[in-house]
Amino acid sequence: MTAAAAQPDEAGAGATLVAENVRKEFGGLIAVSDVDFTVPAGSIVSLIGPNGAGKTTFFNMLTGVYTPTAGRIIFDGRDVTNKPPHAITELGVGRTFQNIRLFEQMTALENVLVGMHSRLSGGIIRSILGTPGLRREERGARERARELLQYSGLSRRDDELARNLPYGDQRRLEVARALATEPKLLLLDEPTAGMNPQETAAFIDFVARLRGDRELSVLMIEHDMKVVMGISDRVTVLDYGEKIAEGTPQEVQRDERVIEAYLGKGAAA
Amino acid sequence: MSEPRGSESPEHARHPATGGGLGPVGEAWSGLPPIVRRLLPLGVVLALALAYPYIVSDLRGFGVAGDFFPQLSSVVIILVFTMMAVGLNVVVGYCGLLDLGYVAFYAAGAYTAGWLASGHFQQVNFHLGSVGISSEAAGIHISLFLVLLLAGVFTAAAGIVIGLPTLRLRGDYLAIVTLGFGEIIPQVVRNGDDFGGFNATNGTFGINPIDSPGFGTSLSDAVGLPASFQQSFQRERLFYWSILALILFTVFCCVRLRDSRLGRAWIAIREDETAAAAMGIPLMRTKTWAYAIGAFFGGIAGAFYASFKSGAFPSDFFFNISVFLLCMVILGGLGSVWGVVAGGVLLGWLNVEGLAVLGSKFNDAAGTNIEIAKYQFGIYGAIIVVMMLFRPTGLIPEQRRKRELEEGVHDESLYEVSK
Repeated sequence: MTAAAAQPDEAGAGATLVAENVRKEFGGLIAVSDVDFTVPAGSIVSLIGPNGAGKTTFFNMLTGVYTPTAGRIIFDGRDVTNKPPHAITELGVGRTFQNIRLFEQMTALENVLVGMHSRLSGGIIRSILGTPGLRREERGARERARELLQYSGLSRRDDELARNLPYGDQRRLEVARALATEPKLLLLDEPTAGMNPQETAAFIDFVARLRGDRELSVLMIEHDMKVVMGISDRVTVLDYGEKIAEGTPQEVQRDERVIEAYLGKGAAA
Repeated sequence: MSEPRGSESPEHARHPATGGGLGPVGEAWSGLPPIVRRLLPLGVVLALALAYPYIVSDLRGFGVAGDFFPQLSSVVIILVFTMMAVGLNVVVGYCGLLDLGYVAFYAAGAYTAGWLASGHFQQVNFHLGSVGISSEAAGIHISLFLVLLLAGVFTAAAGIVIGLPTLRLRGDYLAIVTLGFGEIIPQVVRNGDDFGGFNATNGTFGINPIDSPGFGTSLSDAVGLPASFQQSFQRERLFYWSILALILFTVFCCVRLRDSRLGRAWIAIREDETAAAAMGIPLMRTKTWAYAIGAFFGGIAGAFYASFKSGAFPSDFFFNISVFLLCMVILGGLGSVWGVVAGGVLLGWLNVEGLAVLGSKFNDAAGTNIEIAKYQFGIYGAIIVVMMLFRPTGLIPEQRRKRELEEGVHDESLYEVSK
């Protein structure tokens, strides 16, 4: 922890997230191999790579689902390497999942309210007594949840069960729920998977608007190159658990190793 | 008693989902203001329940049907187990943690009453608001109303101690470990008469007699409150009204908690643990709270029952009871407070009186001589199987589960209690 406190200078001022030499082994398999990685504050960074490259594993380490085998993760100047997921969320990392993981039997509004968990304070005794302060907090939370749903393009869906929403709306609800945690860094795991071109275009606009409105950084895993090249400030490429390229979208597009990873040897020539 | 944050739903509930195909009664019903519609069924049930001691003897004299009305002492037992089922519902129904050892909490509550309100600890002489016994009597004698609270707190603490190591497990593994604890506690109780010379539980003989609740002579003289339930001519009525009050308290707390921040977190964990953690919900702490609160009500019910029976015996705490309580929860509707109350009353009645009555009716009619009560667990099993086939969400489904089946219907499950 003391090392983390001394970190910010070295890690570069203004970086929301810094991963240093992060490594994850599952038995003999090295899923992520000594990756250095930075998300500058206020930027949109994309993480790309072929299937099985270790992107989601890397995400899961950032959010505390997995503990790295080696290396450190520093978020907002604090070492979060061994913290549990809820603590990392509380510090300001919100996420969505590759396969949508909503609370299916809860309504859209309730899903968002669950996202606010760490920002509310109602305890057991106060909940049973129904104190005025608690009622006020609940009313405020519901109000904010409705606004968030509206902001995410889900107006008048408040009382719909999450599982009954159309696919695109479920994706939107996942983002709304993640925003409810009041993140400084939003992690999106393949947010446009399964969307049609119109939905994807709308989503790109949404993420761009999000950054402007909420002063947050975005890190996303994405396969759709139109999305990646369209809104990313920086792109990092993983292959077989190793970082093979990093830079602006244009730089990465021209990188030989990237072309090789995607299209095979000799394709670059 | 009202549903606290229910004020959210009526706005949406008023849309004409209930229109069409209603008779004049139905139209008059939907013409009533929502608050009346919400509280009227509950009020009717409550009024009948409060009046039951006065009408039970008339009802039981009502020809053939009369036998189906349980005696007051049976109702007390039914309601004790119903209260435990409502507590178990917090763990299993809200939070989705399959607990097969709930009987351990019942035991903890019963023995707390045994320790704090009987002559078991002969070496001490401590009296605090006890009623109906000489102040010279040895042992710890604390007012039973206080003991109920202490039993709840002690059992909740026991729940936390059991929960901390076990709740790291998921699904089937948790069920197996809780099953183990459900077996360990009765064994400890059975063999607890010699902890290095210290007699904690009096072994197989159990602890008795356990004191009775009451308000003491001074309050009795002043306002006419019963001095001691045990020595009153209305003993059963007093115990009955007390357990009724305890059940209402339990239901009230459970409804309030369901609609709170903590309740949402429990349901989120039930739905998807990984996603819940990613939304900032501390899994261990939240699950442990579910366990502790479930245990709290189980402990109170256990202590109350021990006082009603005037004893706590290790032979009371069978694994069967854990399963029986779980059946009540499943039959009533996982996660639905009112459903569990209905399921608990129904199964409890079958267990205490119903099966025997049905059996004798059947034997009278068919001229056979089958002892139906012998097959009770087979019958409960069959009931559960039939329920799962035809009404998998329970007698009164949890609102959200019901909505999943019947889209667009926003009625409160509360209404169906009176049907």
